[in-house]
Amino acid sequence: MHANFIDPFHARDSLLHHVDPRVKLVLAVAFILTTALLPPAAWPGYILVFALILAVAIASALGPFFAIKRAFLVLPFVLAALPVLFTTPGEPWLHVPLGRWALTITAAGLARFASIALKSWLSMQAGILLAASTPFPQLLMAMRALRVPRLLVGVFGLMWRYLFVLADEALRLMRAREARSAALAGAGGSSVLWRAKVTGYMAGSLFLRGYERSERIYDAMLARGYDGEVRTLPLPPMARSDKAALLVGLAIVGSILALEIWVG
Amino acid sequence: MHIAPSTFGGAIEPAMHIPDGFMSPAVSIILWIAAIAGVGYALWRVNRELDERKMPLMGVLAAAIFAGQMLNFAVTGGTSGHLMGAALATILLGPWASIVVMTAVVSIQALLFQDGGLLALGANLVNMALVGSFVSYAVYRIMQRLVGTRRWGALVSGFVAAWLSIVAAALFVGLQLALSGTSPASLALPAMGGIHLLIGLGEGLITVGALALIAATRPDLLGATGGARGGSNRGVVLAGLAIALLLAVISPIASGNPDGLEWVAEQLNFLDAAQDPAYNLVPDYVFPGVANEKAATIAAGVLGVLIVFGVALFSGRLGRRKDAVG
Amino acid sequence: MNERIAAVEIVDLSFSYPDGHPALRQVHLTVAPGERVALVGPNGAGKSTLLLQLNGILRGQGHVRIHGLEVAEENIRRIRALVGLVFQDPDDQLFSPTVYEDVAFGPIYMGLPLPEIQERVQRSLAQVGMADYAQRTPHHLSVGEKKRVALATVLSMDATVLALDEPSAGLDPRARGRLIRLLKTLPQTLLVSSHDLHLVEALCPRMVIMQDGRIVADGDSARMLHDEELLARHCLSEDSCE
Repeated sequence: MHANFIDPFHARDSLLHHVDPRVKLVLAVAFILTTALLPPAAWPGYILVFALILAVAIASALGPFFAIKRAFLVLPFVLAALPVLFTTPGEPWLHVPLGRWALTITAAGLARFASIALKSWLSMQAGILLAASTPFPQLLMAMRALRVPRLLVGVFGLMWRYLFVLADEALRLMRAREARSAALAGAGGSSVLWRAKVTGYMAGSLFLRGYERSERIYDAMLARGYDGEVRTLPLPPMARSDKAALLVGLAIVGSILALEIWVG
Repeated sequence: MHIAPSTFGGAIEPAMHIPDGFMSPAVSIILWIAAIAGVGYALWRVNRELDERKMPLMGVLAAAIFAGQMLNFAVTGGTSGHLMGAALATILLGPWASIVVMTAVVSIQALLFQDGGLLALGANLVNMALVGSFVSYAVYRIMQRLVGTRRWGALVSGFVAAWLSIVAAALFVGLQLALSGTSPASLALPAMGGIHLLIGLGEGLITVGALALIAATRPDLLGATGGARGGSNRGVVLAGLAIALLLAVISPIASGNPDGLEWVAEQLNFLDAAQDPAYNLVPDYVFPGVANEKAATIAAGVLGVLIVFGVALFSGRLGRRKDAVG
Repeated sequence: MNERIAAVEIVDLSFSYPDGHPALRQVHLTVAPGERVALVGPNGAGKSTLLLQLNGILRGQGHVRIHGLEVAEENIRRIRALVGLVFQDPDDQLFSPTVYEDVAFGPIYMGLPLPEIQERVQRSLAQVGMADYAQRTPHHLSVGEKKRVALATVLSMDATVLALDEPSAGLDPRARGRLIRLLKTLPQTLLVSSHDLHLVEALCPRMVIMQDGRIVADGDSARMLHDEELLARHCLSEDSCE
C-alpha cells in the first residue's frame, strides 16, 4: 500500500504547468487577496473573479470542473458563517418560526452569507489549481525566492519527503489495527477510551519511528558533508515570458479590483 | 481523488483550519504579521541552540504528526477524534522547535490540501503553531509543578496540556471570526469553546497514549524532567499563561457582551473599506453606460465569458500546435 | 593516488556505543585500491558500525586511514569526500525532495561551482542509468531505482572508496542482478556489508567474516563460501549457531 495518492500534483503538459512556480505562487496569493478585498455582494466582481479562475482551470488542462468540484470541500466550514444570515441588519427576507421563537433572515444577511461562501469557494480553487499544477519541490523553490527562511524551507522539504514514508507506515498500522479488531469483534471491549489509547499508541510509534529515522538521515547527511548550514542550488533565472505572465496576471487582478471599486 | 488528511474516514472534524473568505483582510494581515514575528523568533531560537541534528528531526517529526493526523478513532455519531499534535511536539521538542514543526504541518496542509486558506494561513499559524505550543508548554510546566515529573505526572500533565491547547486554539478561531464580523462573539466563542472542550479530550487521550508508549520504549526522549526540553523557558510559560488568562477573561466578557468586540470588528471593517482610496476618488459615472449595478453585473458576465472563451481558444490552439510538432 | 598506499587501513580499532555495548574489538583491516571486499557476518557482528567508522560518523580508539589520510576532525571534510557511504535503507539516504537535489547535495557541500555540480549530477545519474529521473521525487521510485540513485549520490562526490551497507536488501532477483552488474563496472574500492552470499560471490573476490565485533576470517571468497564448516562455525549457514 502506498500513500502516493496524497500528492495533489497532477502531471499534464499544459500552459499552467509550464508557468514558473514563483509566478504561480504570487498570482495565487494576489488572486485570493483580491477576492478577499471585494466588498460583500459585489456580484460583478465575483463573476469576473470566477471567470478568471475558470480560465486558469481551462489553461491547466485538468478539466474545467477539477477545481470547482474539489472546492466544495470548504462547505462544512460555511456553518461558521451562518449567523450573519440573522445578525446583519436590513430588510427582513424570510421568517423562520421556531415554536415560540422566530428567526428573521435579512436580505442583506443573505447577501453577506452568500458572499462569504462564494469568496471561500473561489479562493480555494486558486489553491487547488496551484497545488495540482506545481510539483511541491518547485513550490519550495518559489518559497526560497520569496525569502522564506532557509531552515524553514529545509524543514518543509524534509517533511514532504518523509510524509509519504510515514504515511505508508500509518496505513500499515491502521491495517494491522483493523485486522486485530476484527478478531476482537466478539469481545466487545472497544470503548472510546480503549480506541483512543490504541490510536495514541499508534501515534507514539509513528513518532518513535520518525525520531529514529531522523537520526539515520542525519548520519546520511553528515556522510555527504552536511555541517549544519542549509545550502541549496542557486535559483534558476526567470524566463521573460514568465515575467510577462506575472505582470499581466497582476494587472488583471488589479483591474478587477479597481473596476469593482469604481463601478460598485 | 482529493484526500486531505483530516477528511480520512469522512467524519466530522474540528473546524480548526480557517479557509479563505471567512476573515476580513485587515484581520488576516494583522495575524500574518503576528505569525511572521512569532515563527521568525522561534526559528532564531532554534538556530541559536546550534544543534545540527534539529533540521532532520523537525522535518521528520512534522511528517510524523501529519501521518498521525491520518489516524483517527470513532467517538460517536459520526464524529471522530484526531490529533493536532502541538502538545506532543512541545513536550518532546520544547516550545521553539514545536512552533517550527507545527508551522511546517499547518503550512503544508494549506498549500497542498487547502486545509485552511493561504491568506488565512497567518491566522492558522497563530492558532495552531504559536498558541498551541505556548499554551501546551505553560500548562505542561505548571501541571508538572502540581503533580510531579514522574511517569504519572508526565501523563496527567500531557493530557491537560493537550486538552487545553485545543480549547485555546479553538477560542482563538472564534475570536478571529468575531473580529472579522463573520460570526458574532456571543455565538462563535461558546460554540467553538464548547465543541472543543469535548474534541480536546480526544487530543488529550491520544497524546497520553503516545507519551505512554514513548515513556515505555524510549524514556530518554522525555529526559530527566519528563519532557518539554529547555527547562529555563520562563518567558514561554508566562506567554502561554498570558494567552490562557486573556482567553479566560475575554471569552466570557466578549460572548456575554458582544458590543465591545463588534465595535472592534466595525473598526477593522472600516479599515478594510478605507484602505483603498479608489473608493472615493472616482465618482459613479466613470464608465459611461455602466451606470447602475445591474448593468455592471451584466457587463461583468459578458467580460467573464469573453475571458474564458479567449483562454479556451488559446490553450486549445497551443495544444494542437504541440500535437502537430510532437 | 600512490598505488602502494592502502585505500583503507584500519589499525587496532575498538568502539563501544554510549550504552557501553562493545561493537568493535581490535579490528585490523587493509584494503588495496580498487579491491572489492565483502564484510560478512551475523546481525550485530559490527559490520554497519565498521562502515560508519570509515568517514568518521562514529569514531573509536585506534586508527582509520583513507589513502593514508587519518580520519580525524581536521581532515573530516576531505575524508567525507573520499568515502562514499551508502546506507541500507535508501529512504534514509535519499532525503531531498527530488532525485536531482539529492545527487547534488554532496557536491554542494563540497563547495563546487555550479557548472561542475550540474556536470557531476548528470554524469552520476547517467552512470547508474537514472538520467531520465532527475526531476522525480524519490517516493515515486521502485526500491531498485532508489538503490541506484543512492549510489549516484556518492558517485557525484567522486568518492574513491565506496562503503555499501546491504546493497541488495529488499531487491527482487532482476533488480539485484542489475545492481551487481552496475557495481562490477565501478573502478572504486568497494567495501560491501551483506548477508547475500550470492552477491558476495559474484562481486567480491575477497571476503572478511566478522563476529562479535572481531574479524574472524579473511580470505578468498570463492574458497571460503564453499567451506561449509567455516560458514557454520561463524553462524553463516541456516542451521548453525542454534
